[in-house]
Amino acid sequence: MKRRNKRIDLTKGEKELFKEFMPEDFIELSTYSVERRHFLKLVGLMGGGIFTMQFLSQHSIFAQDVNELTLYEMPTDVENVVKVTFKVNGAQKMLVIDSRMTLLDALRERLKLTGSKKGCDHGQCGACTVIVDGRRVLSCLTLAAACDRISVKTIEGIGRSEELHPIQAAFIKHDGFQCGYCTPGQICSAVALMQEAKNGEASYITNNIRSKALPIQLSDDEIRERMSGNICRCGAYPNIIAAIREVHTGKDGAQPWQYSS
Amino acid sequence: MRPFKYSRAEDVHSAIQKVAANPNAKFLAGGTNILDLMKEDVERPDELIDVTRLDLAGVKMSSIGVSKKSIAIGGLGKNSDTANHPLIRQNFPLLSQAILSGASAQIRNMATNGGNLNQRTRCSYFYDVSMPCNKREPGSGCSALEGINRMHAVFGWSKDCVAVHPSDMCVALVALDATVRVQGIEGKERSIPIIDYHRLPDNMPQIDNNLKQGELITAIDIPENNFAGNSYYLKIRDRASYAFALVSVAAGLEINGDSIQQARIAMGGVAHKPWRAAEAEKFLVGKTPTQENYKAAAEVEMRNADPLEHNKFKIELGKRAIVRALQLAISNNMS
Repeated sequence: MKRRNKRIDLTKGEKELFKEFMPEDFIELSTYSVERRHFLKLVGLMGGGIFTMQFLSQHSIFAQDVNELTLYEMPTDVENVVKVTFKVNGAQKMLVIDSRMTLLDALRERLKLTGSKKGCDHGQCGACTVIVDGRRVLSCLTLAAACDRISVKTIEGIGRSEELHPIQAAFIKHDGFQCGYCTPGQICSAVALMQEAKNGEASYITNNIRSKALPIQLSDDEIRERMSGNICRCGAYPNIIAAIREVHTGKDGAQPWQYSS
Repeated sequence: MRPFKYSRAEDVHSAIQKVAANPNAKFLAGGTNILDLMKEDVERPDELIDVTRLDLAGVKMSSIGVSKKSIAIGGLGKNSDTANHPLIRQNFPLLSQAILSGASAQIRNMATNGGNLNQRTRCSYFYDVSMPCNKREPGSGCSALEGINRMHAVFGWSKDCVAVHPSDMCVALVALDATVRVQGIEGKERSIPIIDYHRLPDNMPQIDNNLKQGELITAIDIPENNFAGNSYYLKIRDRASYAFALVSVAAGLEINGDSIQQARIAMGGVAHKPWRAAEAEKFLVGKTPTQENYKAAAEVEMRNADPLEHNKFKIELGKRAIVRALQLAISNNMS
């Protein structure tokens, strides 16, 4: 990635066009140093206040995370540009992206949050699970363009290295992983599951679904059913269940292993 | 993925206008199916109109005529919110169970009610763009007819398509006699009984349902019934969870004394649309709720099945699933 460092030089007409249609971006453009040839052409304004643009060149001056105040060249062509502002782990982020970009790719490739993993990229494995507005979802099947004004929590926003989330600590204690690739998704899923159980949300195997939603004490079968969207090819399932059970019940479970001394 | 224009709809009217005006435009709701299909190059829209922010997510009680009530679930309500809504859990536990048996918690949090109706088949030949498929490319042929068709239809298929509809939710909606409310251009509303919403393949398998370009599902109306306490959604699949049905059965029994007043049975995983087991229902009315009668009803229904090379097992599985679903509808004690 190379930084660009030349002054922008817009014509008077271009400046006015920007001021009128994209005031925020005008400020951005004035603040940043951008090569003239990377200036883009505003082609149209669709109903509902959404802008579509096409680029004069193959590169994008808008392909940037403005929070970092740096300009990165996009690795590929950008088409059908969409601007989104959303919160990631509490911090406001503004991205200008190709309409095809998924939330997963935006997190990993643009915001450098590589904790969320790309397993299958087709909604079959759960490795990309993140928490959006308090609910667990699959970031690989979420368009970043559709994420305007939402709040995302990724594995990077769950616990801190000096103070792990109880689910994270339990995963370590119970050895809830082998290769670790599915683990960020498993943990995001498990954290959301705790809240769902507190809310009394039912699963397919919940008895008497007609009863009022009260906090549910989950059996191992219930935990398995509710975690079925997260696949672990190493087969760490028994240990994942043990970790979730321990946090859910608040009862210390025995560790399945011990270091030899 | 091919490039497409994205825009967020501000209101129902303009969303409908945009999709009606462009034959290659589609609505974007939960995205769980269309995005996957776009990555596979099966769906190729050049414009997506994001309708997720429209105010069509609520669950509302309303009246039909003087005495009968119905509950409307919003077309853009999330599957998980619908399944766990107190009105739905209390009045239509069959629907809650069916929704909760489908996909995963993550996907149910994204997927919408209208999107669930419009999801496309998971036939592996439909997904594989290197293989002929009449649903994907009309006139190219059906690879599944003489291919690996273990997951495919045993009812209502044609030589042009043997795919099955993948939804669990729709199977329950068929058993519940739901109606799909759609809005088209110029605010024109119409209601389609759920049983007429999806199509059998005939010689046009590329058309899954009777929704027209630009029409948006605004709500699904479900009339109240007397079998909420005696209903069950049974799903049989290759693994315990997070898999599509080999066979599923939505069952509801209204019992009066010791005889069956009304039976509702619908099946999933057996046809191009959710399959109403009308013959089994007819057989059961007036009979006693016994295992023998359930078995006889299952026989009556499944004798019309026409299996393919690899799915003959669905006949016996279908029979047993009907019997078991009816047993569980009575005994699962959802009072």
